Amino acid sequence: MSEPTATVPKEESGPGDNRSFVKNTFDAVMEGNPITVTILAIITAIIVGGVLILATASGTLGARWHTAIGAYVALFEGSIFNPHTVSAMFSQASIGTAIHNGYLGAVFGPLSETCVQATPLLLAGLSVALAYQAGLFNIGGQSQFIGGAIVATYLGYGVSLPPFIHVVVCVLGGFAGGAVVGWLVGQLKAVTGAHEVIVTIMLNYVMAYLLAFLLGNVMQRPGRTDLISPIIAGNAVLPHLFGSTLRVNAGFGIALACAFGVWWLLNRTTIGFELRTVGKNQSAARVAGMSVERNWVLVMLIAGGLAGLAGSTVIQGTDFSINFQSFGTYGIDAITVALLGRGRPGGVVLAALLFGALHAGAPLMQAQTSIPVDIVEVLQALIVLFVAAPPLIRAIYRLRATRAAGVGQVMSKGWNA
Amino acid sequence: MELELKGITKRFGSLVANDHIDLTVAPGQVHALLGENGAGKSTLMNVLYGLLQPDEGQILIDGRQTRFQTPKDAINTGIGMVHQHFMLVPVFTVAENVILGIEETRQFGLLERRRIQNSVREISRRYGLDVDPDALIENLPVGIQQRVEIIKALVRNAKVLILDEPTSVLTPAETEDLFRIIKELKAGGTSIIFISHKLKEVQAIADTITVLRRGQVVGQTSPSATEDQLAALMVGRDVQLVVSKDPAKPGEVVLEVDGMTVTDLDGRIWVNDVVFSVRAGEILGVAGVQGNGQTELCEALMGLRPTAAGHVSLNGQDLTHATPRQRLRAGVAYVPEDRTEDGLVGDFSVSENAVLDMYYKKPYASGINLNLSAIEKNATDRIVEFDVRTQSPDTPVGTLSGGNQQKVILARELGREHRLLIASQPTRGLDVGSIEFVHKRIVQQRDRGVAVLIVSSELDEIYALADRIAVMYEGRITGFRPPTVPVEELGRLMAGGADEEAVATGAGE
Repeated sequence: MSEPTATVPKEESGPGDNRSFVKNTFDAVMEGNPITVTILAIITAIIVGGVLILATASGTLGARWHTAIGAYVALFEGSIFNPHTVSAMFSQASIGTAIHNGYLGAVFGPLSETCVQATPLLLAGLSVALAYQAGLFNIGGQSQFIGGAIVATYLGYGVSLPPFIHVVVCVLGGFAGGAVVGWLVGQLKAVTGAHEVIVTIMLNYVMAYLLAFLLGNVMQRPGRTDLISPIIAGNAVLPHLFGSTLRVNAGFGIALACAFGVWWLLNRTTIGFELRTVGKNQSAARVAGMSVERNWVLVMLIAGGLAGLAGSTVIQGTDFSINFQSFGTYGIDAITVALLGRGRPGGVVLAALLFGALHAGAPLMQAQTSIPVDIVEVLQALIVLFVAAPPLIRAIYRLRATRAAGVGQVMSKGWNA
Repeated sequence: MELELKGITKRFGSLVANDHIDLTVAPGQVHALLGENGAGKSTLMNVLYGLLQPDEGQILIDGRQTRFQTPKDAINTGIGMVHQHFMLVPVFTVAENVILGIEETRQFGLLERRRIQNSVREISRRYGLDVDPDALIENLPVGIQQRVEIIKALVRNAKVLILDEPTSVLTPAETEDLFRIIKELKAGGTSIIFISHKLKEVQAIADTITVLRRGQVVGQTSPSATEDQLAALMVGRDVQLVVSKDPAKPGEVVLEVDGMTVTDLDGRIWVNDVVFSVRAGEILGVAGVQGNGQTELCEALMGLRPTAAGHVSLNGQDLTHATPRQRLRAGVAYVPEDRTEDGLVGDFSVSENAVLDMYYKKPYASGINLNLSAIEKNATDRIVEFDVRTQSPDTPVGTLSGGNQQKVILARELGREHRLLIASQPTRGLDVGSIEFVHKRIVQQRDRGVAVLIVSSELDEIYALADRIAVMYEGRITGFRPPTVPVEELGRLMAGGADEEAVATGAGE
């Protein structure tokens, strides 16, 4: 050869870099799945859940079958629509008296309850999804939720403000409380390179114990010895959207508005363009003149704020005071909602409504069929399991892996790609 | 073993990837398969290797018709393949990788380590491969990893070895080594199918050359064919391998680099006290073996790495410590060395990539609101202007060929107002047609009065483009030369030879 033609391979990025196990898993679930796989995963989970009920219920096979069907019917009636309530309404003398006597509330009660349950899931799920779009894994929904809930609660009972204004102040406070916790994560990553997964997990503990500390001291309800705060003022309560008989409150509106806001931010603004670029390819973002670090801080601040809002809607919408159980499992549920929603705002709305419906229908199911509410958790877990295992779903339903192959092509890099 | 492919046809939907291809590989022959990206070379080899089933046609081994359902069938018949992307387990040793899938065990399921180590050593010695069976793959350079792939095939008794773009990941020295190994293998009776789109390599190593274009065999020739003939066959029209350009008319100094030093976090010096300037309307070509600080020089010029000492100015404006965005705004257009890593976001659409560093400017945005229709229109215009082959502006850029990806970057960078163009390895991995296109555009920029800095480890490219050549060695510029300088002289400077002319001409300026 007269003259060398050189190409040198680019160094593979290290394990601590962006191609980590976590990222691969998230990417595979959020981008490798066509919508059909997600829907089939849900159907499969329902079938497998039914089989579980069949296996564990008592009685003859026929009776068990009856129980399984009854369980799902109750879940549906408890979360979406109960035909009995409609016939009850029409059996009244007139529609007017029916409405007056609260029958309309009974008709829309299940849907209202679904929305109530979905509200914090939606906000916390958006938090995870937004951070994911910028390439970060927000495992700290819990800590940010607590941050928001603490501030919203304190502002709720600690200050006295006129109606409306008090609600707004508390909601904004909830956002700020979560945003501070999120900002800390972003700042630590930007300045020191600390991995956000580790930091957010650790902050979950820090915030939980901070809450316990506050509830045992400055925020403890007078006259109580357990860990619970005073009740927030009536002015700080999120108003009901459709009258007092339905629990659905302005928090659900806030959540939907946030979903739209996140969609708009991501897809219609220069800020979102930067966030998505940083999420997809950090080095290209740098070359294009973007500040990767500033975007990390910004996205964690907003994501933290969204999780904080989730906390504030729980306090101001349904609980009215904070205790050591208030944060529940929202931090983890948020991740499953974001995964099921494939990291996109619209998907998160649907996923949150689905999980909200499961939660809303569970009590009726238990009351009618004496199947424990825990089956709902099992269903959730099964859905996520199947969504996370697309090859399984494809094998069951004999789908072709076309979309996944396309993604692989895009991801595989080579000079001759 | 004689291998014959007869009338192989492979269709993907309406696309005919292979159209009645005939190919005969004689024992002990190096048969080069030449063609542009997408010509159907890889499809043909995947058919031969049992990864794809042909729709029509036959595979004959020593005259007997054979069918390969899986790669295992092909391997058992004596066909080996070294993929472009290696299939090795990084944390395993060479020997472990070699036996992966064909493990032999002793009593109690213990692995036959000793025997495999010996056979790796034996093959390594016979063909001069110089591979240690106990080395961990992750510690080996790419060139050696490739040899492990070759050993894997040989241990499985490969008589026909398919090398898919084997040089695309190699340094020049490693390429030389590979060619020596290919000759050894050939002497030992192994046939080689050498897939490439690089004319020089094919000429250097092949006994017979088959040229593919759009899925068809368009010619079979001997390596004595000229580069121009091969290129014309490959592309389907006459190609200018060296773009014609008029003498440069240098204007005022645009980029002034004075004593620039770049170090990394460990304190290692990558660029050492470099002094040069680029004038409007001239192309300065930086030659050098990869890894001598050229990448770091470009990144420092773009503000992607801090400048430890010295000054950089553009049209008299000091940019030494400016951010990348400030530099872009000051009028620098930048074509990065690694286009998929630094130049593009693979999952983003062509439209989005075409404004990747301009999205915040009018008319693409007002305030923080993106103007999607303006972004789309820009892409539509650029696609026409730069002849980007894409289905639509919404297509993810990662699915385009390398040449079309590079066109997207060029379209973006040249579409911005700029005084200086920095292009690092602008045609790496591109096929002949795309190289011609890129070179024409670069010369066009020069003629418009843009100052151009080209960094390339391909001397052909330096000679084709540069009006002035600077040679880098271990972070220093070892000399400036006119483009008439003989290759030997450049080679001497690239290897760190002293600059004898410098004293006479005053630092070559």
